[in-house]
Amino acid sequence: MTWAPVVGIEVHVELRTLSKMFCGCAVSFGGAPNTNVCPTCLALPGALPVPNRTALDSIVAIGLALNCDINEHSIFHRKNYFYTDLPKNYQISQFDLPIATDGWLEVDTGEGPRRIRIERAHMEEDTGKSTHVGEGGRIHTAEKTLVDFNRAGTPLVEIVSRPDIHSAVEARAYAQELRALVVELGVSDARMEEGSIRFDANVSIRPHGDSELGTKVEIKNMNSFRSLERAVDHEIGRQIGAMEAGKPIVQETRHWDEAGGLTTSMRGKEGSSDYRYFPDPDLVPLRIDEEWIERIRGTLPELPSTRRQRYLGQGLDSHSAGVLASSDADLRSLHDDAVASGADPTASANWITGEITAWMRRTETEPGDLDLDGARLAEMVGMVADGDLSASAAKDVLDGVLSGEGGPREVAEARDLIQVSDRAAVSEIVGSVLADNPEAVARYRDGEHKVVGFLVGQVMRASGGKADPQLANELLRAQLSG
Amino acid sequence: MTRWLALTLANVMRQGTSLCRAMAIEIDIAHVARLARLDLDEDQLAHYGAQLDAIVAYAAEVQAVDTSDIPEMSHPMGMENSFRDDVVVPSLDRDQVLEMAPAQEDGAFLVPPSLGDEAEEGDES
Repeated sequence: MTWAPVVGIEVHVELRTLSKMFCGCAVSFGGAPNTNVCPTCLALPGALPVPNRTALDSIVAIGLALNCDINEHSIFHRKNYFYTDLPKNYQISQFDLPIATDGWLEVDTGEGPRRIRIERAHMEEDTGKSTHVGEGGRIHTAEKTLVDFNRAGTPLVEIVSRPDIHSAVEARAYAQELRALVVELGVSDARMEEGSIRFDANVSIRPHGDSELGTKVEIKNMNSFRSLERAVDHEIGRQIGAMEAGKPIVQETRHWDEAGGLTTSMRGKEGSSDYRYFPDPDLVPLRIDEEWIERIRGTLPELPSTRRQRYLGQGLDSHSAGVLASSDADLRSLHDDAVASGADPTASANWITGEITAWMRRTETEPGDLDLDGARLAEMVGMVADGDLSASAAKDVLDGVLSGEGGPREVAEARDLIQVSDRAAVSEIVGSVLADNPEAVARYRDGEHKVVGFLVGQVMRASGGKADPQLANELLRAQLSG
Repeated sequence: MTRWLALTLANVMRQGTSLCRAMAIEIDIAHVARLARLDLDEDQLAHYGAQLDAIVAYAAEVQAVDTSDIPEMSHPMGMENSFRDDVVVPSLDRDQVLEMAPAQEDGAFLVPPSLGDEAEEGDES
């Protein structure tokens, strides 16, 4: 039997507001413990929450970017559970009336774009942080727990996909696309290593062709895109193994163990009714009207998926379009400016994602500090296209331009790299090379055609490396056959 | 006031909260106590169970009210969209905060690890 994996992903995104969701404490990462806390986020008696307007603007932007309906009427619920990092013993969240519902995100794993449906995006608050002190840092072996409430009350948006994802690779692509989107919107730092964006995956399998969903297992603790892909891949394999061995899949939450490369059981998954959701009486309903929605729509930047489409329209291949679409804003405007100045889009993208990126890495230069504008890149791309520069000479020219030696033509002339593509001039060199190498000429005429490579090398050497090798090849063959 | 309360309760029920579901079945008092981390003995379970049954039975009367042409309402106040601007205000002094705690260490609240199997019920962290 073949099995079809079914994966849904829940994403938690911490918003980059100045203050917390329901109080005026600063949102900050890595501060001294319990320095950004107040009666509201510590749940001291009598303190009342008041929603942060900017956080709501951000979730509306996320909802719109995910092609969701923004619901005019929504409310906050209390999600009740007990844990040391949850001071109120409930989390303010949303339940049956979330802000955004029914959207989609386009994902391309290289096999053509596919829409992953979004079930909902809702507003909630983050918890504090517990540090388990003692053997291994794991909760069951800890001797004590330290709690820091700096993070408690940080605005958090939860985005839930439909179970539309069919592979670990696609899970990773979805996560990366979603991260690029919130970064583009400017609503979150979305740093996985700092936990400001977190991915959980719901994984199940079913016999190929079946429409009924299998028992789902939630996996947590993936702290990189790579570990998300590995964890989903491992979990799919584990479930197939269990099914084929005749063992049932248990609905549960499993913990991804990065070092061990496997998932381990955390606990049985409780039903949602155990959270005893009810409307939070401290918070009045939200009404997000057309005017509000349109105001946010007017601020949306070009999103990665739209941009990728634009690059594909320029003739870039799917890989280059994807790399460029998700690259730094300064690099993208370099490309856009170069194309506007007449550069061939594919050549421009290849230089930017190839040589220029490599140069930045080598010299530890930030994209914003590059001494290169679109006009100069276009000029260089044009010189290569016109045969004035060979591909290898162009790399030298680029190095000179980036090192501040001037424009491409200036550098090419100063470094004596202009390619000789004048037919008469190259023809003359070809003539003298043939005269100097009668033995090679004889071998060619005996049918040993590969000797032409050697002759091209001689032409390049005689020209000081400046002859257009393609032209030299063409003229050599012509004269040898003549 | 009574009408208000009735409508609010009816709305709460219509929204499918656990209370509503609990009414369709018998209240599992032991389960509710466990969720609230209350350690009740058999006598207490019976005692509080009877009281809860009475409350739910009262709420059930409300459910009989025809609310089909009454708009949903989650809050009794006729207010919406009460917000604050995204402005940072000073936080509390940490020493003052930690003084309220039974135990502290390194600027953090110190709690025992004795949370057992239910420790990881909260899944947002």
